[in-house]
Amino acid sequence: MPQRAGMPTQTRIILGVLLLAALIVPLLGQPYYTKLVSRMAIYAIAALSLDLLVGYAGLVSFGHAAFFGIGVYCAGLLPMVGIDQAWIIVPAAIACAALYGLFSGAVSLRASGLYFIFITLAFAEMMFYVAQGLRMFGGDDGFRLPRPTQLMAGLSLGNPVVLAYTMLVTLVIAIYVARRITGSHFGRVVIAARDNETKLRAIGLSPYPYRLTLYVIASALCAVAGVGFANLVEYASPASMSWVVSGEMLFMVILGSAATVIGPVLGAVVFVGLETVLSSLTEHWLFWLGLILVLRVLLLRHGLYGLLSGRGQR
Amino acid sequence: MSAALVLEQAFNGLQLGMILFLMAVGVTLAFGVMSLINLAHGSMLMLGAYFIAAAGTHITAYPLAFVAALLLTALCAVALEWLVMRPLYQRGHLDQVLATFGVSIAINEAVVMLWGREAVFVAPPEWLDGAVAITETVSYPLYRLAITAVAALAGLALWLLLAHSRLGMRIRAGAENGDIVGALGVNVRLLFCGVFVISSLLAALGGVMLGPLIAVQSGMGDPLLILALAVVVIGGVGSLKGALVASLAVGVIDTFGRMIWPQLLGDLLGNIVANGAVYLLMALVIAIRPTGLYGQHGN
Repeated sequence: MPQRAGMPTQTRIILGVLLLAALIVPLLGQPYYTKLVSRMAIYAIAALSLDLLVGYAGLVSFGHAAFFGIGVYCAGLLPMVGIDQAWIIVPAAIACAALYGLFSGAVSLRASGLYFIFITLAFAEMMFYVAQGLRMFGGDDGFRLPRPTQLMAGLSLGNPVVLAYTMLVTLVIAIYVARRITGSHFGRVVIAARDNETKLRAIGLSPYPYRLTLYVIASALCAVAGVGFANLVEYASPASMSWVVSGEMLFMVILGSAATVIGPVLGAVVFVGLETVLSSLTEHWLFWLGLILVLRVLLLRHGLYGLLSGRGQR
Repeated sequence: MSAALVLEQAFNGLQLGMILFLMAVGVTLAFGVMSLINLAHGSMLMLGAYFIAAAGTHITAYPLAFVAALLLTALCAVALEWLVMRPLYQRGHLDQVLATFGVSIAINEAVVMLWGREAVFVAPPEWLDGAVAITETVSYPLYRLAITAVAALAGLALWLLLAHSRLGMRIRAGAENGDIVGALGVNVRLLFCGVFVISSLLAALGGVMLGPLIAVQSGMGDPLLILALAVVVIGGVGSLKGALVASLAVGVIDTFGRMIWPQLLGDLLGNIVANGAVYLLMALVIAIRPTGLYGQHGN
């Protein structure tokens, strides 16, 4: 398992270079690349939140897109009743996602292994169908965002540069929060539950409340990414919470390397890059993405970060 | 709501339940024997449907096309098992989930490359055209009845195979302890390959038969797979009985729910409840029995 104590120098360098590049790109005045940076930052936040579950708690959730979608729909639906301020939309998204996370987590965490994977998938599918059932909001097709989310002082997330910097700041905060969580007493209990549940029980700790708390935190964090995503594509549709999105998020986590904080960020950056390059080369890029995913699992056992940090490949 | 409608919906529910049963049994079999979580299972159903469409354009005799479609799927399953699944048996859940998810999106796109994005037409066999009079006022399409019957027969055949044949004994032994079975001189690799093919064929059978009824297009198997996963969770992993009970329950609840809830709760709320009912049932079962109705182990 990867080291957690302190951030290794090379992690700092990778993060620093990525962040610097991300900060410069929006200044170039090219909306296409600015949006690419936003997309990477948004997926990085989502992947980071999923890694809290997959990497640190060992809980393979295949339904994380539900919380992403909740964020997307909050950013899309609230402006319809005249609320477009970020300080209401973001807390609302967090509250909705946390609530659904509490409900679905309370049930799914009772199960483990295969059951947990299937149940989280089913709960996300339920959310997908709820969104699809909203016929007055386009049903399966979804709807255009009536108005982008407004920050204070006339800044709007509809502006690509504002969005990019906002999501980058959010990402940095998310990384900080994730590291604080995983390094805390709470985080250690969660990790211990992953590594040896029996021992944890033997010292008198039940993993359930810890896991549920982490599940709610991860859900809420993902919803924030969803709000950003709605503003990026200026659209809200059930597709944002389809099982493919859940799979892609898992792909980002494992592409980078789970339980490293930096891994999922790297995974998200490479995934979005891959998606962009492949889709410009061929209409059938999903086919190649699928193949790459299979090859990643079969051949590259420690992820990209493992490759960079020189840990041996088996 | 007339009695005739209730009867018709009951038959529809039974049919959905049987198709789900075919899917769920494949999932449960692959996990029970090889500890494999296979999210590409929905793609096998889709391949079955595309292959019957392709076979139908070349072969006029339906039974021949039917067999050809299943054979083609079996070939794909053998290749898939050899290339991707075999190295996965020893891996953790996360690796299996991701690799089979990758396979699924690759196959979903491959059919678009071969057949395009438009839905493909599949003709039902002519001799199954027409309807059967069930009561004096109710008639039901013969083809749909045939689907239910064939699915039930397939389930019965599988049960006979598993419970009363030498191969079935080996498969059950392999599920208990693959290493020991291997040490006793059984070719476990071949056995596992066989189980994967059987599991894929059950899904493909569903696809072949659903072809004329639902739109044959990329990703058509995935909603059914996810429903089947809910069935597996409700019934309990590794249990045939659980899969049967849960599939029929889910089939009936889903079919009737779509009719009843919108009438009770209005269009919007009714649709939402109807779509979510199966998952709420699953949540309820898991809250009471975390390993499903008949399941024993979850890891």
